[in-house]
Amino acid sequence: MNMELSRRQFLAATGAGFAGTALGAFGFGEVETAHAEAIRAFKLVNTTETRNTCPYCSVACGIIMYSKGDLRKGEQAEIIHIEGDSDHPTNRGTLCPKGSALLNFVKAETRLKYPMVRRPGSDKFERIGWEEALDRIARLMKDDRDGNFVQKNNDGVTVNRWTTTGFLAASATTNETAFVTYKVVRSAGMLVFDNQARV
Amino acid sequence: MTNSWTDIKNTDLVVIMGGNAAEAHPCGFKWVTEAKANRGARLIVVDPRFTRSASVADVYAPIRQGSDIAFLLGVMNYCIQNDKVQWDYVKAFTNAAYIVKDGFAYKDGLFTGYDETKRDYDKSSWDYVIGDDGYATVDDTLTHPRCVWNLLKAHVSVYTPETVERICGTPKEKFLKVAEMISECSTPTKTMTSMYALGWTQHSKGSQNIRSMAMLQLILGNIGVRGGGMNALRGHSNIQGLTDVGLMSNLLPGYMTLPTEKEVDFDSYMSTRGFKPLRPNQMSYWQNYKKFFVSFLKAMWGPAATPENHFAYDWLPKLDVPSYDVLRAFELMNQGKMTGYICQGFNPLLAAPNRTKLTASLSKLKFLVTMDPLDTETSRFWENHGEFNDVDPSQIQTEVFQLPSTCFAEDEGSLTNSGRWLQWHWPGGTPPGEAKTDNWIMAQIYVRLRDLYRKEGGAFPDPIVNLDWSYGDPGEPTAEELAKEINGRAYATVYDPSDPTKVVAEAGKLVPSFAALRDDGSTSSGCWIYAGCFNENGNNMARRDTSDPDETGAYSKWAFSWPVNRRILYNRASADLKGKAWDPSRKLIEWDGQKWSGYDVPDIAPTAKPSDVGPFIMNPEGVSRLFVRGMMRDGPFPAHYEPFESPVTNFVAPNVRGNPAARVFAGDFAQFAEPASQEFPYAATSYRLTEHFHYWTKHVWVNAVLQPEFFVEISEELAKERGIVKGGWVRVWSKRGSIKAKAVVTKRIKPLICDGKPVHVVGIPLHWGFTGAAKKGFGPNSLTPFVGDANIETPEYKAFLVNIEPIAGPVA
Repeated sequence: MNMELSRRQFLAATGAGFAGTALGAFGFGEVETAHAEAIRAFKLVNTTETRNTCPYCSVACGIIMYSKGDLRKGEQAEIIHIEGDSDHPTNRGTLCPKGSALLNFVKAETRLKYPMVRRPGSDKFERIGWEEALDRIARLMKDDRDGNFVQKNNDGVTVNRWTTTGFLAASATTNETAFVTYKVVRSAGMLVFDNQARV
Repeated sequence: MTNSWTDIKNTDLVVIMGGNAAEAHPCGFKWVTEAKANRGARLIVVDPRFTRSASVADVYAPIRQGSDIAFLLGVMNYCIQNDKVQWDYVKAFTNAAYIVKDGFAYKDGLFTGYDETKRDYDKSSWDYVIGDDGYATVDDTLTHPRCVWNLLKAHVSVYTPETVERICGTPKEKFLKVAEMISECSTPTKTMTSMYALGWTQHSKGSQNIRSMAMLQLILGNIGVRGGGMNALRGHSNIQGLTDVGLMSNLLPGYMTLPTEKEVDFDSYMSTRGFKPLRPNQMSYWQNYKKFFVSFLKAMWGPAATPENHFAYDWLPKLDVPSYDVLRAFELMNQGKMTGYICQGFNPLLAAPNRTKLTASLSKLKFLVTMDPLDTETSRFWENHGEFNDVDPSQIQTEVFQLPSTCFAEDEGSLTNSGRWLQWHWPGGTPPGEAKTDNWIMAQIYVRLRDLYRKEGGAFPDPIVNLDWSYGDPGEPTAEELAKEINGRAYATVYDPSDPTKVVAEAGKLVPSFAALRDDGSTSSGCWIYAGCFNENGNNMARRDTSDPDETGAYSKWAFSWPVNRRILYNRASADLKGKAWDPSRKLIEWDGQKWSGYDVPDIAPTAKPSDVGPFIMNPEGVSRLFVRGMMRDGPFPAHYEPFESPVTNFVAPNVRGNPAARVFAGDFAQFAEPASQEFPYAATSYRLTEHFHYWTKHVWVNAVLQPEFFVEISEELAKERGIVKGGWVRVWSKRGSIKAKAVVTKRIKPLICDGKPVHVVGIPLHWGFTGAAKKGFGPNSLTPFVGDANIETPEYKAFLVNIEPIAGPVA
């Protein structure tokens, strides 16, 4: 639905075809060929378009991302351009000074690439494998929960709460991430739970 | 937002107060421009700074930060004194006529029932007189001296234009101009929209700031109509969604609340919810609470939630304090009472107040986990960055895991915008390195924890090992699976209670909407207000039909708007008691003698007669509340309170400091500057720049070039007074911290005259830290006080005290 036909591919194909035909009919065939060869190919022609929304403020402007490679075909995909979605009712193609630079956010040098650990007292991060990091985190959580979980309060009321480990959820993750996060946090009995709505 | 971004084009008057949409929400602001160009709408901006929103306003009025309630109650007083009230709306759709209990009163800044030691109220007198029939007593003539309208009239009478000028520093003639323009919207054919943001929320009385404007909008009849409403411009792309889904200490999804330990079982929990109507014929929609609550518990624990175990009610944790919000979390950390903290896409070292306290708190943790696409300051709180993060790593024993997550461009799912539109998005790029989706990370942590409990046992494993986790790949639930779970499904076939032959939802199918949810365990729904987002019609959040019949701005077939694809909340209030539009040119829904229909999904039962059933169906009254009973901690009416750190004492209540009902932790009170402090004489505020988004875009090369360096903004008068030159270096300090910055000396900020005394404003933008592509810098949170709003604990970032002096710059 979002990516089945590249609008630009469609325009490129039909537009070029029409121009070629018209010029050919007027007897300018060779000129047209020479002219076409002199023009650098439009760089978005062979890209995959994907609909998305800007991750910054809550206007949620529609954007189109152009990638080399198609994720849906299992390919590696590198986003090479992002622009406003002119079909979107709210922004109608416009983007602000932040949204206009989204490509540089995706490709920021300080994007994180690998899990890291900083050991107690250390002055540096070290690489750690995902498996090792996740095993260690689950162990730290369980040990704390087993040590500090409160099943009943002083009045004997069942309270099943865990207040010594907390979770701070974000502001830009999806609703689906929000719900899976909710399930994990609440089923563990966590009460120290907040998101960025307050700030 | 009660309305949507695209609906702003329908307005006659835009009031931007407590926000700066032109710079912080530029592409939404285009709808203000549209209304100005096509409808001749006018724009009022009230702000301490002459912002870019102000630069295109018809009227700009300066105001001292933290005095908005005095200003708004002043406008309300003006409307009442000058009979600029939409009377039919006020009488029919608000609780103006309700009689209030005799004990309730307001005196010297306090309402009845204040307990200074608890900083809290006994709110028992803040209520209606309930008659023998069980309904609230009303006086439709509005002559009873104890009716809400007469109490309100008396309450706001102190806020005369002269008083407003003394408190707010807004020149009287400017205030009167604004009041007059606003009051014109009391006719049924003129409407006003309120656009606000963190300029209103980030105060110790933020909720009452917003409430003041909501009350004004009700008096003018502007709620539920096209071009009207209360429009919160949420700061982040899915803050609306994360709140809707209930990711807060005391919330369940869909604005249900987590039990407290006083609610010892399912029945005692339900006894205080599912409110009975307070007036005859009213819908009181929360009567369906049990259906939504049970369906939520079924989404959590599936087959393990049974009628026998009260749908696993005991497995929900029970609160012993009102909330474990981010301020309490850091307070507990600082007291050494916490072991671990997990930050998912949140950078509290820059986002929470009093950075010195934050660093000390994080340093006391055993472990910290961050999940983020970016290299955040929080994940490096232990690393020395000179004066920008002056810590000794060897003294910090916290074990820190920095987990790389995908960003929007590599992730799939829905985000809920300010206008409540759930919009689906698709991934277009391969994540860098080993970055993983948040869904994967959460699932991987969960599965490990569950397996450890299965293997080893431990503290009450039941809620963990029984969590419904029936995903195709337990290690990574897909966005689509989760969206369907949020929507909800029927376990058994659900029939229409009024016609048992009619099937509402078949067994095993997704529910069409929350009307299909049941309280017997036959349905599930992760977040009832989102039901309908992904049903048997498919993924409604992915809809891209741009049709908009008669160009009302509704775009009803674009994405999905909660609840039930409704675009304007309370839209029943757009029509009068006969069901006809107040303004025929702005018709929304109307009554045809049999049913409601129109451009939007009616916010009322389709066959509810207009003369019988009130528009505010979530309230047991069926009407909106000018007097809010005991539902807010700091008063049933708003009242002017100074910020905890204020350049003046409270003029209307000299003995009250800050918001008397705001929670303050013991150690923090000692760190507040005195009112009218000599030591900290200047009123500081924080804000965003249009080139930056919080602490994210300093990682973006383009934006780091556009605004590379931290600065503070001061008036020419203050610069002269303190000997500060344009572009020169300054030190700014509060009772909690000190920062260095370049000074931008500007005409955009002018001193205000409050109660005869000049008040200088210091503006502090919030975008710098010690990671990313921009120059290292500081943020306002090094200076701000550790106190939040009385009701919801949003920190008071917008009004605090500092001092400022010129310094020699760093050696280049």
